Amino acid sequence: MEKSKIMQHEKFGEKDFQTIIGNLLRYGVWISLSVAFLGGIVYLIHNGSHIEDYSVFKENDRNIFEVITAVYNGAIQGNGSYLIFVGIILLFLTPVLRVLLSLFSFILEKDYLYVGITLIVIAIIITSISFGFSH
Amino acid sequence: MTVLTFTLIMILGAFLAGFIGSLSGLGGGIIIIPLLTIILGVDIHYAIGAALVSVIATSSGSAAAYVREGITNMRLGIFLEIATTIGAVCGALLSTIAPTSFIAVLFGLTLIFSAVNSLRKKEEHIVLESSPLAKKLKLEGTYPTHDGQIVSYGTKNVIGGFSMMGIAGMMSGLLGIGSGAFKVIAMDNIMRIPFKVSTTTSNFMMGVTAMASSVIYIQKGYIEPGICMPVVIGVLFGAMAGAKVLVKTNPKKLRVFFACLIFVLAVNMIYNGLNGKI
Repeated sequence: MEKSKIMQHEKFGEKDFQTIIGNLLRYGVWISLSVAFLGGIVYLIHNGSHIEDYSVFKENDRNIFEVITAVYNGAIQGNGSYLIFVGIILLFLTPVLRVLLSLFSFILEKDYLYVGITLIVIAIIITSISFGFSH
Repeated sequence: MTVLTFTLIMILGAFLAGFIGSLSGLGGGIIIIPLLTIILGVDIHYAIGAALVSVIATSSGSAAAYVREGITNMRLGIFLEIATTIGAVCGALLSTIAPTSFIAVLFGLTLIFSAVNSLRKKEEHIVLESSPLAKKLKLEGTYPTHDGQIVSYGTKNVIGGFSMMGIAGMMSGLLGIGSGAFKVIAMDNIMRIPFKVSTTTSNFMMGVTAMASSVIYIQKGYIEPGICMPVVIGVLFGAMAGAKVLVKTNPKKLRVFFACLIFVLAVNMIYNGLNGKI
């Protein structure tokens, strides 16, 4: 009862987007964690008795597209650690999808100031990709 | 130590970190890093990567509920994300060139700052009249209380809050943490946003902020699947268990205990950082 009262105070479209974004965040987390968990089981079956040393950092300098290609190929072959990586990438994509959804929401509301602000955020994220390997 | 033993220890440790992070209000990421580096001897770069992954998982998970209830101020969040993402990219780039000892010491100081901040008495001052810039950006909003009432609030000092958010984003990119303590200062103390809105909006922003630095982390090899998997699972379930306990107990006494614990961890980080042991 209380909830329906609240809904009347807000724009219907905005409430809809709140529900969609809320669901996206929730399912995004659970789907990506399930994939990472499955990958973890495969990884432990194959590597459980190995000995790994994480005390020394091995710096990489691969660009994101190389990483994604490697992850895709590895995951298809059923490599556990790459399957975990798929889960992690899905987890990273959840907030990105959220930003795209808010962009659509602002376009529908014809709030062009916020369309612009959301586009700036997207531009910064895209720039961060190119920064990663310019170093 | 075999991978299996290591994984089991990490799940347990991450569960504890998520649990303590949730009860103390500091977040799991900030506790998992000293745990990995001091106790398990993991390199701080891997620890930062794993912490960031767990930050995205816990923040998106808890943001989901608040967004649907209409408490989160999405406009405010997206506007401030400009500052946090720029900060995060700068922080992540800085972390790739900064010496490890510098990162360890800075992390220790941030831990102390966050612990002290979590103990500070908080007073709420809702402003009703927004500043002209806040009005132009449509940052004022409403939120529903437990009994279904709608509370309106305004905001002020947009530029001050925006700048503080840039620092919060930089700390997040540099250290792999959610930097909740800095965000709270920006929104509560500077912009005068009500607590309920500021904590949920800060949660909402964390995913995107972390995403901006995570691309750089992936490319530099900070994200090690074998560490991330047990950490994310442990922290998430720990945070969920913490949230359940939080409803039943009074966290005030616990907070003092956790603040002391975190202080010890922080001093340890700083000491090890200065001695080049991290």
